[in-house]
Amino acid sequence: MELKEKLISSFMAFENLVDVDLPVHDVRSEAIKRFESQGFPSKKEENWKYTSLNNVLKHNYSVFPKHDNAIEYNDVKKYFIHDIDTYKVVFIDGKYASHLSQTTHEGIDVCLMSSALSKPKYQPIIENYFDKVATKDGLTSLNTAFSCEGAYIHIGKNISVAKPIQIVHFSTGSEAALMLQPRNLIVVDENSHVQIIERHQSLTDNPVLTNSVTEIYADKRAIVDYYKIQNDNENASLIDNTFIDQKRESVTSVHTFSFGGKLTRNNLNFYQNGERIDSTLKGVTIIGNKQHVDHNTLVHHIEPNCESHQDYKGIFGDSATGVFNGKVIVNKEAQKTNAFQANNNILVSDKATINTKPQLEIFADDVKCSHGCTIGQLDESAMFYLRSRGIPEKEAKALLMYAFSNNVLSSVKIPEIKQRITKIIATKLGVNIGFDL
Amino acid sequence: MSKYTEDDLREELKTKEYEYGFYTDIESDTFPVGLNEDIIKAISSKKEEPLWMTEWRLESFRAWKEMLEPEWANVNYVKPDFQAISYYSAPNKKPKYDSLDEVDPELLETFKKLGISLDEQKKLAGVAMDVVVDSVSVATTFKKTLNEKGIIFCSISEAIREYPELVRKYIGTVVPQKDNFYAALNSAVFSDGSFCYIPKGVKCPMELSTYFRINQAGTGQFERTLVIADEGSYVSYLEGCTAPSRDENQLHAAVVELIALEDAEIKYSTVQNWFPGNAEGKGGVYNFVTKRGLCEKNAKISWTQVETGSAITWKYPSCVLKGDNSVGEFYSIAVTNNFQQADTGTKMIHLGKNTKSTIISKGISAGKSQNSYRGLVQISSRADNARNFSQCDSLLMGNECGAHTFPYIEAKNKTAKIEHEATTSKIGEDQIFYCNQRGIDTEKAIALIVNGFSKEVLNKLPMEFAVEAQKLLEISLEGSVG
Repeated sequence: MELKEKLISSFMAFENLVDVDLPVHDVRSEAIKRFESQGFPSKKEENWKYTSLNNVLKHNYSVFPKHDNAIEYNDVKKYFIHDIDTYKVVFIDGKYASHLSQTTHEGIDVCLMSSALSKPKYQPIIENYFDKVATKDGLTSLNTAFSCEGAYIHIGKNISVAKPIQIVHFSTGSEAALMLQPRNLIVVDENSHVQIIERHQSLTDNPVLTNSVTEIYADKRAIVDYYKIQNDNENASLIDNTFIDQKRESVTSVHTFSFGGKLTRNNLNFYQNGERIDSTLKGVTIIGNKQHVDHNTLVHHIEPNCESHQDYKGIFGDSATGVFNGKVIVNKEAQKTNAFQANNNILVSDKATINTKPQLEIFADDVKCSHGCTIGQLDESAMFYLRSRGIPEKEAKALLMYAFSNNVLSSVKIPEIKQRITKIIATKLGVNIGFDL
Repeated sequence: MSKYTEDDLREELKTKEYEYGFYTDIESDTFPVGLNEDIIKAISSKKEEPLWMTEWRLESFRAWKEMLEPEWANVNYVKPDFQAISYYSAPNKKPKYDSLDEVDPELLETFKKLGISLDEQKKLAGVAMDVVVDSVSVATTFKKTLNEKGIIFCSISEAIREYPELVRKYIGTVVPQKDNFYAALNSAVFSDGSFCYIPKGVKCPMELSTYFRINQAGTGQFERTLVIADEGSYVSYLEGCTAPSRDENQLHAAVVELIALEDAEIKYSTVQNWFPGNAEGKGGVYNFVTKRGLCEKNAKISWTQVETGSAITWKYPSCVLKGDNSVGEFYSIAVTNNFQQADTGTKMIHLGKNTKSTIISKGISAGKSQNSYRGLVQISSRADNARNFSQCDSLLMGNECGAHTFPYIEAKNKTAKIEHEATTSKIGEDQIFYCNQRGIDTEKAIALIVNGFSKEVLNKLPMEFAVEAQKLLEISLEGSVG
């Protein structure tokens, strides 16, 4: 595979750019070796049975982009949740854009991975958390090997962060094809609360491949709400790897809204290392054309009395393909686990495909685990009801689809995000729903 | 059929060991161990097969040599050494019986221990038996009644000799020679099995039944079953299995092909109770079976299975719903105890319009066993208005066992309606308490609850089988209270 060789050889060039004396560099060197032996996943692997990377990997991606691109806030304002005050960590072609960002060190650290990796005062955190919960598979290892930039967020004990944090990655298309490997680390200490919004956005039609890794650590009783908005253009592909390590009584939710991109693969992994943990995974996918969205989730129940809730809705039009591969593992010590998983899909075109595999692996006997999965159409009688009241077909359809995905939206805690998503849905369905929530 | 009372059950529960673990010393005509083209030719000539059949076997063997043993299933075991198995064994005295008196008394004794006295079966159940002891069928009953209706029910080797055109037309059409590793092996070396043909418009008046039995030490069993239901016909086919207790692992790689032509219906029921290995997980049968049915227009195939035995089960009875309006059903109970491992489920391939499928799977795991459901529902883009309902329930007893579900759902048609549900639970303490309170001891309460849990599937079994299956469930779970 060409790209693989190219990446391995660029690692040496990469070593010239970063400080190789840092302890983290040993982690990187180990990681590139792992990537060398494992490479990119192929369809022969069970987890990649329905998603082929071949089409995405064929471009000649440049790994070190030039970065002289100044973009003005007004040009990209629409990609932010701009109607509320937020901290912002913004990157352009993988480089930090200070003029668009708003970071802080007051009480909490919302800053850059590059400084966290190099400055001594962050070393204890980096040593304890960096690359600890992330798995050692090929793609994650590749990211680890090239990890140098991304968002670094550390919330100390007993802090409720006043405003949400936005992490936005822009790519400008200054290169014919670009590969980005952002690396985020989020550490939330005891009793703290934080809300984070993440977005990847390509500003031109040049192909972009993002292989992102985010590690989230939620300590005792911490609350973390994470929102991923994926509405990129049709030449941008995203492989998003998120690993969440939860301690006792923490509550973590991840909402994934997938509305665009050529290929989107979400690897979302929760590890419950403590009792009475609550994990929520929700997602809405509405795609068309030849887009492909793959949700690959894992919830690993390791200790007793925990809960997990998964709810993924998908609407697939044109020749789009959707994949849902949800895995719940309940260890034998994890008694009294409640794990729920639901995946509902609507196919609106004859050429669309949905492949779903809700999987349970259970080793404990005193548990309540269920999964449900449906593939169906819009209810004809509901359609008739709306039509008979003078609502045109297109709008009626949109209303029903909106209602279909509303379960997921209802648990979004930031109203502005809810409004934004509603608007995106309305645009996707080509209607003006005529109301904001 | 004599009434089965609670006392009988108590007696039975006392005998914890696998009760059918005995070994009958019948002189056998066994081939040297190992597998090569000469062995295959020898099997073929032993069975007086025509040339095309020999060629067909050799073709399969050549394909098999290129194939790798599948490893995707959720089971762990020591892979069998395929060169250490003898591929043919037939009882030496092979008379053609007209009545039971002529049958080798030792053989009759075997049947007695199995509780399937031919005599009793004949009279009470009205079941025609085609008993297979070590690969060669030795007794066939009720042949005359079937003959009158034009139904062919015989061993597959007989069918190859007597009805070559039928066999040649259909064999390998549903499970191709190269379908998978074990199917290829079976196609190369299958020793015997059953063949059944129901002519146009005939409704088979009785349940057709074959008891399989692995006997000779060190012989693998490679059964081949072919059931053809011609247009508008109906047949209910029963298959039940027991095997002697052995220390070395025995391999069983069977292939079952069902063909339901237009408007035909096939009901295929299995009770499988092969030696599961002892409480330490030693020994036991490896059961790697390929079962598949093909439905033409308006046809229906229904699989019902009760799986309690075998150390390793690897089995996915499937339906290819090729014709419009065809129906596929799968009802399964899989019980694993001690160190048993089961990876079983079904595939429903919807190709025709308005096709329907139902999957009800009940998994019960106890002891240190692992029980997996693995299923595929596939809706092709031409299959308008396809409908599927799947339900997979797992019951766990004790915290050393595991229950797993791997449902694959692939839909390519917007008119498809698919529902899949799965639950995992344990027997509620309140349920046990309720029973205890009413003077039912815990062991019996569990039997009761398990029976209730599996009722939906048990109800689908023919009467005689249902009784046997219930008994089996209780015995299989004996000693797992904890």
